[in-house]
Amino acid sequence: MITPPAYTDSSGATAAPALGVLPGHRMVLGADRPMPLDGGGQLGPFTVAYQTYGTLNADKSNAVLVCHALTGDQYVADRHPITGKPGWWEMLVGPGKPVDTDRFFVICSNVIGGCMGSTGPHDVNPATGQPYAIDFPVITIGDMVRAQTLLIDALGIDQLFCVIGGSMGGMQVLQWAVSYPERVFAAVPIATAARHSAQNIAFHEVGRQAIMADPEWRDGAYQQAGTNPARGLAVARMAAHITYLSEAALHRKFGRNLQSRQAITFGFDADFQVESYLRYQGASFVDRFDANSYLYITRAMDYFDLAAEHGGQLAQAFRVGGKGTPVRFCLASFSSDWLFPTSESRAVVHALNAVAANVSFVEIETDKGHDAFLLDEPEFHQVMRGFINGCADHRGLKRRA
Amino acid sequence: MDATVIPPRTDIRGDLRRIADMVSTGARVLDVGCGDGALLDLLTREKGVDGRGMELGMDGVRECVSRGLSVIQGDADTDLKDYPSDAFDYVILSQTLQATRDPRGVLLQMLRIGRRVIVSFPNFGYWRVRLALLLTGRMPVTDRLGFQWWETPNIHFCTIADFTALCADLGGVTVERSAILDHAGRQLTSDATTWRANWSGEQGIFLLRRD
Repeated sequence: MITPPAYTDSSGATAAPALGVLPGHRMVLGADRPMPLDGGGQLGPFTVAYQTYGTLNADKSNAVLVCHALTGDQYVADRHPITGKPGWWEMLVGPGKPVDTDRFFVICSNVIGGCMGSTGPHDVNPATGQPYAIDFPVITIGDMVRAQTLLIDALGIDQLFCVIGGSMGGMQVLQWAVSYPERVFAAVPIATAARHSAQNIAFHEVGRQAIMADPEWRDGAYQQAGTNPARGLAVARMAAHITYLSEAALHRKFGRNLQSRQAITFGFDADFQVESYLRYQGASFVDRFDANSYLYITRAMDYFDLAAEHGGQLAQAFRVGGKGTPVRFCLASFSSDWLFPTSESRAVVHALNAVAANVSFVEIETDKGHDAFLLDEPEFHQVMRGFINGCADHRGLKRRA
Repeated sequence: MDATVIPPRTDIRGDLRRIADMVSTGARVLDVGCGDGALLDLLTREKGVDGRGMELGMDGVRECVSRGLSVIQGDADTDLKDYPSDAFDYVILSQTLQATRDPRGVLLQMLRIGRRVIVSFPNFGYWRVRLALLLTGRMPVTDRLGFQWWETPNIHFCTIADFTALCADLGGVTVERSAILDHAGRQLTSDATTWRANWSGEQGIFLLRRD
């Protein structure tokens, strides 16, 4: 049975993961002028941790921003410094891959509120000398993107050739295209939605309540107390992980197979493989993720509603100066994704059609659920390659030699 | 197959070529039912159009997007209403009219979205089709109408005479150009109103203009 120590430790008093020293670039932003936040208030100076791949060309026209999902980070195409696993999108990003790092300059930054080097609730609040914990301001997808614009400014890039991301990354892509249409040539929102649905908010609330119900959470001040709400965070991850899969994928992978035993035990041990798998997912997650960050980032997704900022009309969000957005879009969804179902992508497509925007949309047939955007889906990768190459031709970027 | 089988045409791109001839350079074009994107590709390469496509079948959509074309999965019967009026110079419906549930409604939507509309369709008045039905008493199966009656997606067949009558009935629509093609995709005549056009033409292509 796979049950790593963080989950089974009887004391529960494992220290919070040491996320302090991580490889990669860091940029301090908002030092001269703090960045305004959607919820009121401001943030600054703050740090954004990021990775880059490839080379920025002379006219700075080949930059691709990759936006990560809820529990993702900036290590999109290199080995993760904590887990040692390959980059989370190495199938899509790398030399000769659809997002070709021999051709494009790829940037991926950890979102603000995150816990992989960008400023978040685990960092020290300069006003108190103590970790922010839940005194960190509640941030939105818009705030995450605003922080990214400051990073792009600092890198001297006016317009991104492409902004691409799945799930919460896709929300950031949509936010980029709506808030900064002149700074995005092509937008690729994948397995995402223009607003977080009631069902998705409900799942997030379950996760947050699991964290806050853990006595080690200490009203968020677990760093000061030397505790870690690892159990609550693990349960949050377990619940969320189910939503990333599909009934068919779970059945194919595990069925009702038993875990290292011949018969059920008439107890509450992990009899079934699926239980053991979920426990492992939960337990390994707490090694690399901060519980308060999980609260903040899920909240940012819950608050996301692009149409709300535009009188409830999503199409209005894509109108620029009385005309349709100049951004070229490619949306992709996955047939078995019930967290961000195809209907959500289609709603965005309808809104883009209503302003006669340039949009492509494909639904990929798969039983792998929401997670499919991270997995080996050749058809999806082929579509991405075609769209990105087509856009690069329109942008006048040279093909690979 | 029991029903009469007519050998396939040799020039499958003849009709697409003729449609492309009707489109002006650099125009904004929406191809409804764009299939694998052959026409959009032709128009983009040779006419430099700003082209978009809509296709019901996901295989076609994936093929198109993989080729760098801007195409969405959508249904002509239900999704054209999302587009704003006058969004395109040309809206094209190539070999798809007969597969729509509401051909008249689709035509009206297209004429709203684009000033000009190009429609091509197989002519059910073509002499081989007429003879097949007359002599065998079975629903005709040809290369263009290559389905048995119980499996065909083509649910609203019309003849060239039927189509010109519908255009007249719509009102406010002018047939700017037409091309009646024979079995080999050659143009027989540009006059769609004759008895001969409706007898000899295997397919008709019409360029309509909203007045």
